[in-house]
Amino acid sequence: MARIIVVTSGKGGVGKTTTSAAISSGLALRGHKTAVIDFDIGLRNLDIVMNCERRVVYDFVNVINGDANLRQALIKDKRVENLYILPASQTRDKDALTVEGVEKVLTDLAADGFEYIICDSPAGIEHGAFMALYFADTAIVVANPEVSSVRDSDRILGILQSKSRRAENGERVEECLLLTRYNPERVAKGEMLAVADVEEILATKLLGVIPESETVLKASNQGVPVIHDATSTAGQAYTDAVARLLGDDVEHRFINMEHKGLFKRLFRRSA
Amino acid sequence: MSIFDYFRNNKKDSASVAKERLQIIVAHERNQRNQPDYLPKLQQELLEVIRKYVDVDQDQVEVALDNNGNCSVLELNITLPDR
Ligand SMILES: Nc1ncnc2c1ncn2[C@@H]1O[C@H](COP(=O)(O)OP(=O)(O)O)[C@@H](O)[C@H]1O
Ligand SMILES: [Mg+2]
Repeated sequence: MARIIVVTSGKGGVGKTTTSAAISSGLALRGHKTAVIDFDIGLRNLDIVMNCERRVVYDFVNVINGDANLRQALIKDKRVENLYILPASQTRDKDALTVEGVEKVLTDLAADGFEYIICDSPAGIEHGAFMALYFADTAIVVANPEVSSVRDSDRILGILQSKSRRAENGERVEECLLLTRYNPERVAKGEMLAVADVEEILATKLLGVIPESETVLKASNQGVPVIHDATSTAGQAYTDAVARLLGDDVEHRFINMEHKGLFKRLFRRSA
Repeated sequence: MSIFDYFRNNKKDSASVAKERLQIIVAHERNQRNQPDYLPKLQQELLEVIRKYVDVDQDQVEVALDNNGNCSVLELNITLPDR
């Protein structure tokens, strides 16, 4: 049985694609056969973040329409064993995704031995976002510490609880919160919502906190998912989040401001 | 709480404002989410009936369904124009 994980948020630009690339790479690094699907039909960019844009031949919609089979469309990641990318189509219209079509792709992936299927959702609460979350077992709700983003996350949680297949069957999607672009310094100054505030408002289990980091842009410039950068705080935070997703008990890091010790400060000044 | 926190808390910081706003928005939207699907249509039709008699705007008619334990109350709030 494959575990289907949707990365969703409502709001755009909060870090869904960055997260999908990092989490799928992280799961594969831990030895799990993983597929990551770009549901952002017409606006694909997961292929860019994962540096396989020049290897796209067939896409998700081709597979659904029967123009290609899964094996032809899946792109094998060049960095990690066991990781495959199913790109979105660039031109076709969004309605190309049907419940039956998506279900068939997911079932075929599971039959092919995939253990994890990561669905990178488009922004919004329209058809594409609905298709991405409909079959999910687990939802990673990505939010930024900001009013509009948290509000949209709450709407998505409402949709997961009423419109997903699990909800229709009287079950629950396992929901977890990933707070990204977090800046502990600004939180300490009272300029940014704290992780505890967001957790309290959304009443959702915290999967992780990804700090705001310049290494994320650097990683996407180069097409290397940031989780591969072990020196980056964002990369480390994603590695922790993957461990928690797999059931490990890992303490949260990067939540509090790093107090520079006197020594470090003196050292800095003299250096 | 340090003395610095004390001074800071005198002026409400923007993060606390954000939290308060969010709590209100989210509570309001969750309440709406649990309302039955027929409510908007009911509101529209009520508006049409009321308009036969008085000249009111869309936003002057508010329909809400409140759940109080085992009974629900349909609340209808109409603001009549000044005469
Ligand atoms: N933790 C982070 N720190 C800094 N920038 C980030 C972080 N996460 C995402 N970003 C940046 O935010 C932008 C939007 O991210 P993306 O993953 O494409 O969002 P979405 O898929 O939700 O639209 C990108 O430019 C990305 O580099
Ligand atoms: Mg995206």
